[in-house]
Amino acid sequence: MSTVKKFLFLNRKAPYGTIYALESLEVVLISAAFEQDVSMAFVDDGVYQLLKGQKTDGIGMKNFSPTYSALGDYDVTKLYVEKESLEERGLTVDDLMDLKWEDEDDDWAEKDSIVVVSAAELADIMEQQEVILSF
Amino acid sequence: MAAIELNGKSYEVDEEGYLADLNQWDEDIAKEMAKLDGAELTDAHWEVINFLREYYEEYQIAPAVRVLTKAIGKKLGKDKGNSKYLYELFPYGPAKQACKYAGLPKPTGCV
Repeated sequence: MSTVKKFLFLNRKAPYGTIYALESLEVVLISAAFEQDVSMAFVDDGVYQLLKGQKTDGIGMKNFSPTYSALGDYDVTKLYVEKESLEERGLTVDDLMDLKWEDEDDDWAEKDSIVVVSAAELADIMEQQEVILSF
Repeated sequence: MAAIELNGKSYEVDEEGYLADLNQWDEDIAKEMAKLDGAELTDAHWEVINFLREYYEEYQIAPAVRVLTKAIGKKLGKDKGNSKYLYELFPYGPAKQACKYAGLPKPTGCV
């Protein structure tokens, strides 16, 4: 792969009302398969995408939340969750899935993928990206 | 939609031969799909096919080939977790061809 770019996928919507969350996840996997430097951010209702214990039997849609656990295998290891969005919804990081990645350079130590950041910190992170795709 | 007829059962497949309904999968259809490609499934093939089915069960996706290679290496050993070994088993592309026999959709990111 010739050029590696820093991609951030910005997720703002709840997982199942629209197709955005699933589409975002698919493009993330594709970008990562092409060995780009991919991270994700979860803001507003987008934080619901990472909730644990999702059940979709009642709405006739596939529960794709287990796929977030595969992101580490794709070297997508930076999932930024905005602190203010969690707080506005009465959520904490304990309500989210326990997503891990294994650090090959650190004897395969398991590390947390989810990083809670403030809106101001997220703005800095966005500033460092080359491509931002909003879903 | 096309279908493969086998043992009095009809298996619906898409235009590239991938099974339309994952739940219809059984070992017979896997063998039949391989036969249509002129291949025969050995234990080594089944190891990869079963691995893919477990991966899908857990993560709800068919892994990209790089991810498959790494994950196979971790689970089945370095001598199997390399592209040479996997391409020898599945010359049409390990992720693509093995996913087909495993009844999974084509891996995300595969063109």
